[in-house]
Order: sequence, then structure tokens, then C-alpha cells
Amino acid sequence: MSQSYDRGLVEDFGRWAEFSAGMWAWVFHKFTGWVLIGYLFTHIAVLSTAIEGPALYTNTLQGLEALAIVRFMEVGLLAVAVFHILNGIRLLFVDLGVGLDAQDKSFYASLVLTGAITVASVPTFLAGL
Amino acid sequence: MSTHVPESESESETGAPEQTEEQIPAAQQRRLAKKQERSDQREQRAESESETDEQTVHLKVFRYDPEVESKSRPRFDDFHIPFKKGMTVLDALIYSRDHYDSSLTFRHSCRQAICGSDALFINGAQRLGCQTQVSDLDDPVRIEPLPHQEVVKDLVVDMEHFYEQMDAVDPYFRDEDVPSGLEEQNQTRENREKIKMSTRCIWCGACTSSCNIAAGGNYLGPAAINKAYRFAMDDRESDALQQERFETIEQENGVWRCQTQFSCTNVCPKDIPLTEHIQELKREAVKSNLKFW
Ligand code: SF4
Ligand code: FES
Repeated sequence: MSQSYDRGLVEDFGRWAEFSAGMWAWVFHKFTGWVLIGYLFTHIAVLSTAIEGPALYTNTLQGLEALAIVRFMEVGLLAVAVFHILNGIRLLFVDLGVGLDAQDKSFYASLVLTGAITVASVPTFLAGL
Repeated sequence: MSTHVPESESESETGAPEQTEEQIPAAQQRRLAKKQERSDQREQRAESESETDEQTVHLKVFRYDPEVESKSRPRFDDFHIPFKKGMTVLDALIYSRDHYDSSLTFRHSCRQAICGSDALFINGAQRLGCQTQVSDLDDPVRIEPLPHQEVVKDLVVDMEHFYEQMDAVDPYFRDEDVPSGLEEQNQTRENREKIKMSTRCIWCGACTSSCNIAAGGNYLGPAAINKAYRFAMDDRESDALQQERFETIEQENGVWRCQTQFSCTNVCPKDIPLTEHIQELKREAVKSNLKFW
């Protein structure tokens, strides 16, 4: 027994193709959660430029908004936030024992809705580029 | 008079289970429908296959044996065996062992999904070898030991940790709860319905192996929590013992570690709605701690 072989985690990540809906929902939820935490720091950093006075704050904001990459990232941020919210609602129902049978369908619905909202937001975010 | 059930009583008796029937067996029905669908497909396929008689199945079997030099590095062996209608993965393994390699090692006993000893990782999912039809699977059939457990030899994994977790919830009634003498222990029909699914567990470990939260850590895991559910929700358990059981599952390694991935529910060969049971225990735990009512 002492010589038994531990296959470790590497294969588990290699098995992504076999993940089910619930597993993907979990992976995405964790991922979007971390992205949102990361964004929080950026957000606070930008806001804190207001300490140095309104001019710097306005400059920072305008400077950032002028960059195409920032606007694209805003679209991404919206997608991340929307998915996290929708899946959060889905999890709330799961916690309450409502619609457990449809947990995979509600995950797909969250994905579709996230996609739709993100696409709809593109004109707003990228306007004036 | 004694044979006649007063209408109001029979109504109240069926009133409660109706609600549970809506919740629990809905999942069951869905699974049964899926099973039926699969068996229909199988029949169709068998019909079309019977025309070509010499069919072979290609198995890719995980091999590892620390005591044999050539097998101390894990590898996959290929077996091509003749297909027979109704052949299960376990049958295929037994055929391979008997005809090609007598050192091929795996566990099995009942061959009818009762003993739980042959849970394997077959084509990317935890399944019972004896319950899985070869004709349901894509070729080649890839057979590996259960993930997240240490491999002892070939398809045999070390189940010690799993059994320890099961024991941790005291999966039995205690002496104090068993009436002395010939006194009956009554359980209501509704209560029986409620815990029905949870009593079906065969300790195969498929669910715990599919759960990446249970991997490595000390999380009790779906099977042990389902066992706790089976007793905690049983009328016949005394309040004091039920309280103790709740304390066990409310601990850091208990129900709160479940992240509702549904992996366990997806693989359980006995169709036990595990995630549902875990979530219900979470709610009970919150209720018992809040005590607003
Ligand atoms: S709950 Fe299901 S998958 Fe888990 S050990 Fe019991 S029978 Fe096996
Ligand atoms: S051999 Fe007993 S469950 Fe498969």
C-alpha cells in the first residue's frame, strides 16, 4: 500500500472536455469572481486619483476612456459581471432547493443572456472610437 | 371499520407525500426517462448490429503495479475482445483477464449494482462496470481507476479515506434509539418516502471521486453527507442524536464545503439526488442555528 501511485491533479485539468454543466458553472463563477476582485483594486486606484483634485481625476478618466483597449476591456468586464450576477441568482435558487432539476438549463440560460447583454452593450462602449 | 380508511385520513396521508413526490421523484423520473431512452437506442443498435456477427470491442485499460518492473510506470494496455449482446464493461474486463492477461486486477463481486465494488472511471465518468453496457459507450472504451484516490494496482484504488469519511457520520442507529424488547419502531409512509432515495447508497465511492472539492481535503463528501441525511431525516432517530448528527455535518468539513457542482448527482449509479440532500441539510443547519421561530 505504501507504494501506491497518486495520479495528482494534472489529469483533472486535462479532463476539462468531460466537465458537466454544473462544473463549468462553478469554474466560471470562481473565475469571474476573481476578475471582479481584481477590477475592484483598479477601480479604487482610479477613484483615488480624486484625492489629488478634480483635474487629475478627470484627466485620468478621459485618458483611459480614449484608449481602445480600455473600452474593449469594459465590454469584457460587463460580461464578467453579468455572468457572475446571473449565476449568483441561479445558485440562490439551488440553495433554496428550487429548480434543481433544471440546474444545467439555468446555467445555459445565464450564458445566453450574458452573451446577449454583452453584444447589446458593444455600441455603447465602443461609440466614438 | 378497521379495514375502512376514513376519507379525511386517507387524504391527509396522501397530502404530504404529494409534495415530496413533486420535488424528489421529478429528478428520478427524468433519470428513468433517460434510461428508457438509452435502452431503446441500445435495442435499435443491437438490431442493426446483429447483422454483422463478428464484432470486437476495443478496451484501453489502465495498468500499474509498483511491484512489477515493467508496470511500475503507469500505462494503458489494449484488449480486443469479441462483443456479445448485453455485454457490460465488467464482463469485458473479466474476459480480458481470463483470456489474455491473468494479472489484470480489478474489484467486483455481485455483478448487479448492489455491492458497489466495481466503480471505475469509464470513458471519462465514474460508473459501475457491471451496470454499464459496452454498447452504450464510444469505442475505444477507456477504463481507469477512480480518480482522486491512490491507485494500489491496475484498477484497484485505496478506499480507506472514503470509508473513514463514511464512518465519521456514524451511519447507523444508536443503541439508545432502538427500543428494547418487541416494541415496534414505527415510521410514517411520508417519512419513508422522504428518505427513500438516500437509503439506496451502495458505498461505491463514485460520487466522492467525482467531486473535486472532496479531492485531497477532509470534506466529508457527498456519500457521507447523504448517509447523515438518511439518519437525520429519519423519524425514528431521537432528537438528541439528531442534534449530534447535525453538529457533525455543520462542521467546517461538513455541508458548507459543497459548491453545488452537481458532479456527484450526475454520476451516482443509484440516482440519489445528492446535491438536493446536501442543500436541504444546509437549510436545516441554518434553521437550527438561527432559531427565529
Ligand atoms: S451516493 Fe451514489 S455514488 Fe455515492 S457512494 Fe452512494 S451509491 Fe455510490
Ligand atoms: S459488481 Fe457489485 S456493484 Fe458492480
